[in-house]
Amino acid sequence: MAANDYGEVMGRKNEIMKKAVGIDYERFATGKIGFDYERMMSEVGYKLDEIIKIQSETAVGKTPFIELKNITKLARKLAPEGKGARIFLKDEAANPSGSYKARRASVSVYHAEKEGYPGVVAATSGNYGAAVASQAVMRNLETIIVQEVFDSRGVGQPEILEKGRKCEAYGAEVLQLSVGPELFYTFLRVLEDTGFFNASLYTPFGIAGVEPLGYEIVKELKERENKEPDAVIITHAGGGNLTGTARGILKSGAKDTKIIAASVDLSGLHMASDHDFNRKSFTTGHTGFGVPFATWPDRADVPRNAARALRYMDEYVTVKQGEVFYITEALAQIEGMERGPAGNTSLAAAFDLAQKMNEDQIIVVQETEYTGAGKHPMAQLNFAKENGIDVRNGHPEQEKAGKSVIIPEHPSQIKTRDVDLDQLKLSYLTKVVKDTNVKEINQIDLKFLADEINKSKKATEKILKEEFNLAVVGG
Amino acid sequence: MGDVIKAGSWVQIYQVILPAGKRAPQVPEDTKKVPLELKAKGFLQEDANLGDTVEIKTVTNRILKGELIEVNPSYEHKFGKMIPELLQIGPQIRKIIRDKEV
Repeated sequence: MAANDYGEVMGRKNEIMKKAVGIDYERFATGKIGFDYERMMSEVGYKLDEIIKIQSETAVGKTPFIELKNITKLARKLAPEGKGARIFLKDEAANPSGSYKARRASVSVYHAEKEGYPGVVAATSGNYGAAVASQAVMRNLETIIVQEVFDSRGVGQPEILEKGRKCEAYGAEVLQLSVGPELFYTFLRVLEDTGFFNASLYTPFGIAGVEPLGYEIVKELKERENKEPDAVIITHAGGGNLTGTARGILKSGAKDTKIIAASVDLSGLHMASDHDFNRKSFTTGHTGFGVPFATWPDRADVPRNAARALRYMDEYVTVKQGEVFYITEALAQIEGMERGPAGNTSLAAAFDLAQKMNEDQIIVVQETEYTGAGKHPMAQLNFAKENGIDVRNGHPEQEKAGKSVIIPEHPSQIKTRDVDLDQLKLSYLTKVVKDTNVKEINQIDLKFLADEINKSKKATEKILKEEFNLAVVGG
Repeated sequence: MGDVIKAGSWVQIYQVILPAGKRAPQVPEDTKKVPLELKAKGFLQEDANLGDTVEIKTVTNRILKGELIEVNPSYEHKFGKMIPELLQIGPQIRKIIRDKEV
């Protein structure tokens, strides 16, 4: 049994992963530190038209695109004269498994089938598990989902319990684990045991699968309103939703659409803490994933993460848990759509941002997700109360993650808070410099880093020199 | 012990994956103090009692071993009680969008 020791299994990580995703990431390495991201996306993945065809085989995409007239009206009542952009919503809950994650799973599962893998495995506590299971049954493959579900008291997070149930409803085997990053160890052992495909969220397949979402939004808006979206707002966690959507928007030709990330503010909670685990009311779309994955994408379960959010983000804002619950209730109460809650993070942010934009502008909220028992404001707030969280009406500014959830007293209290993107970019560069321990880099590396942080080569070179005393050699 | 659980029953098992002292070095202190645990479901391979170490066959035909903890494991997650803190939202925003004044 020694060969299955934690350390030994982790030591075989690269070898196991290579077999389970079939990608040789080494061949995309460039310079001293970088890799050719676009070459990886184009050589490994599929082209946009191929993906649209793959997705049409399993009923993915082409979801309803809805103007939220009453929420827009509400925003305009609160906004200064002439302000209040129209808010549109892509109803991704209409995908087969109830979320945009069907897009992300579809290409991986197609690829697994094509390559002759007997089944797929995914490590996820989110909607992605159900998406993989749903896509896999359509293609007659087996599914195993590895979830982090319960704390050391054996108490499960209601939202994750519901997602586990949904995976089982689609015939998947669900392995439910207690809190801890060693979930990855169990995941590796399952891959070794089964020889199944790793339907990672972070391969080029997963990310390219989201591109049609951005593409559809621009195309449909052009057809209906004869304009491109002024802003698209994306709930941000691991970065794949943002990366894929932004790439699709660019591929549609819309160059001026602002890409805005939104996460629920869970600052102060430790994501691997047994104690903190059941003191949050959101299990995804939060800063606990959003910030670390933006500043270090390669923390993922594949060597080179295809989700690289900093490359595409123009702005990053946070909202509070209570604000998202408020807007979730508003979506049901005045738009007649019961969705979310986690997927409504970007809607809460859009509600405030629209009030700062002009009336003739359009902001698009690019997803919804299904709701139900466990996965609902009522379920989450009852659970929060049972776990000693102070749930009350008040000013959301006073909310402290892990201690309180404050439901706004009035919609005018819903306000986004800006995340300092330059700080995130600096923290990304710090990680690169520390990990690679380079003393100088070449022009290829500089181009790579400039692309990574979405700045010019000149600006990037200046930061590298000033902050890290790192020289760029070669012309 | 209670009634014997028949082979072929749909059951849930429990395993300790990593005991408290063997957690990964990067986990926080509170998590280090507790084991990494797993629960899985499948069809019981031989008659057994709750608490026995048993084998199950999962829906993907894998054989897993662990302590038998539940028969026909239930889904207990729900909506729960009405949350009074949410009740004011609907009437409040309907009033705002229907009235001339905020």
